[in-house]
Amino acid sequence: MADLTELYQQTIVEHNRSPRNFKTLDHPTHHADGNNPLCGDQISLQLKVDGDVIKEVGFQGSGCAISRASASLMTAAVMGKTSREAEQLFRSFHDMVTGGPDAPADPTVLGKLAAFAGVRQFPARVKCANLAWHTLHAALESDGTPISTE
Amino acid sequence: MSAKPAIRSTTTWDVDRIRRDFPILGTLAHGKPLVYLDNGATSQKPQAVIDAISHYYESGNANVHRGVYALSESATAAYEGTRAKVARFLNAREDREIIYVRGTTEAINLVASSFGRLKVKAGDEILVSAMEHHSNIVPWQILAEQAGAVLKVIPMNERGELLMDEYRKLLTPRARIVAVAHISNSLGTINPIKEMVRLAHGQGVPVLVDGAQGAPHLVVDVQDLDCDFYTVSGHKMFGPTGVGVLYGKAGHLEAMPPYQGGGDMIRSVTFAKTTYAPIPAKFEAGTPDIGGVVGLGAAVDYLGGLDRKAAAAHEQDLLEYGTRELGTVPGLRIVGTAAHKASVISFVLDGIHAHDVGTIVDQAGVAIRTGHHCTQPVMEFFQVPATARASFAFYNTREEVDVLVEALKGVRKVFG
Repeated sequence: MADLTELYQQTIVEHNRSPRNFKTLDHPTHHADGNNPLCGDQISLQLKVDGDVIKEVGFQGSGCAISRASASLMTAAVMGKTSREAEQLFRSFHDMVTGGPDAPADPTVLGKLAAFAGVRQFPARVKCANLAWHTLHAALESDGTPISTE
Repeated sequence: MSAKPAIRSTTTWDVDRIRRDFPILGTLAHGKPLVYLDNGATSQKPQAVIDAISHYYESGNANVHRGVYALSESATAAYEGTRAKVARFLNAREDREIIYVRGTTEAINLVASSFGRLKVKAGDEILVSAMEHHSNIVPWQILAEQAGAVLKVIPMNERGELLMDEYRKLLTPRARIVAVAHISNSLGTINPIKEMVRLAHGQGVPVLVDGAQGAPHLVVDVQDLDCDFYTVSGHKMFGPTGVGVLYGKAGHLEAMPPYQGGGDMIRSVTFAKTTYAPIPAKFEAGTPDIGGVVGLGAAVDYLGGLDRKAAAAHEQDLLEYGTRELGTVPGLRIVGTAAHKASVISFVLDGIHAHDVGTIVDQAGVAIRTGHHCTQPVMEFFQVPATARASFAFYNTREEVDVLVEALKGVRKVFG
């Protein structure tokens, strides 16, 4: 049986309560909006990319604890990374929460993001965990179209 | 469970006996007895419906209106027999006013497309209410866009009740149709349909009633309501998915052009010209969901065998009890507090998203709906991203309400 404490790990609960980088940026170079129609999660993500390095990330929006904590932890995780590194991290994260080919994840790669490992036992919540990352991907591609997990 | 200073249940409804008719109610979810409180999304099926469908495929399956052999004749009799049952169930004047569709969504699309093509022109107005399900908004938006017509919205107050004075003002000479829910799926409001129809007809405007939530909770009499169209989803009234009903007054249905072309809806076909079958066949192109119709017939029979007044009283008891008990959960706010409500309770927990609530109570075996319930404009009106919704059927119990309430009290513990 799936255990709630595996889903709502302390790190997730804490980041939901006090999300990091919950702000708007002055003069962002990239941005994207994402939404998850199933549960009404909405995220607006802004980036400052210098050369190829993500210098600053801010997000706004409303959503469930999983989506909010995921956005918060993601912003911290991708800061200072190149867009290629960020995309690689997304792939590892995605595999972890979907139980994909590379799961279980290497904790040295994912760091605090490993807190989301329990999500794979709650298939209905995978979209919540992935929303911020899909939005990041869209922001880096920066065609400006709002993305949706549906 | 602690003793409660009770609102005493005054119904004589034998809920234990009724529950035995629904095999799924005896199953477990996450190792706990299933507490199914998502009847607004779909209802569970009594054994009689399950058996009727199996029996049909075991010994009654043939295409309808085709063969001259015994099996096809008996399938046709079952198919048309259900039409007569549904006509009585809704108190339609004639069986041919009952059109089989996939569900309420298809029924509304049929009317928007066909009646819309006939009646709605550029500059005309289509009235929907502020509490409609997306399925009673989007087909009209598509029509409005195609015809150059305008979608107007009947507003509601903060309790989730339509503003009748505003409604009256919207019934202008430009109004061509009113489309309104009998019962709001996300708020539980029972709308004053009879009065709304009377007012609309006073201005010569026909009315479509979305009965997806109406038929499971209320005894529907389309002649008494005098509505022009009434739509039903079989799966929300204890029948199978994939089948539903459009009731339409014969005069309208006869005047309306076909919705889909194909077999069974024609009188004769040549490459030069096709003439259409009379109603209801005109609107039933292609091989229908015969097994589904048989199941729907069994659901109508099942409901016909119940004391619906006692069932409704039991649901009202669950609504009252649930409203009171949910009120004891710290930080819980009920969204939708109309004076006239069906057994639907939407709520939000302060600071906790509905989806987290849904996942956590699920671990206690409780199935509730979380999200926007396909009513995004309602969520926007109440300025909530989503709600959790407990929707009760006549087989639910006060004890199940207690399980939900206990589970909700545990939600805050998860968030420390």
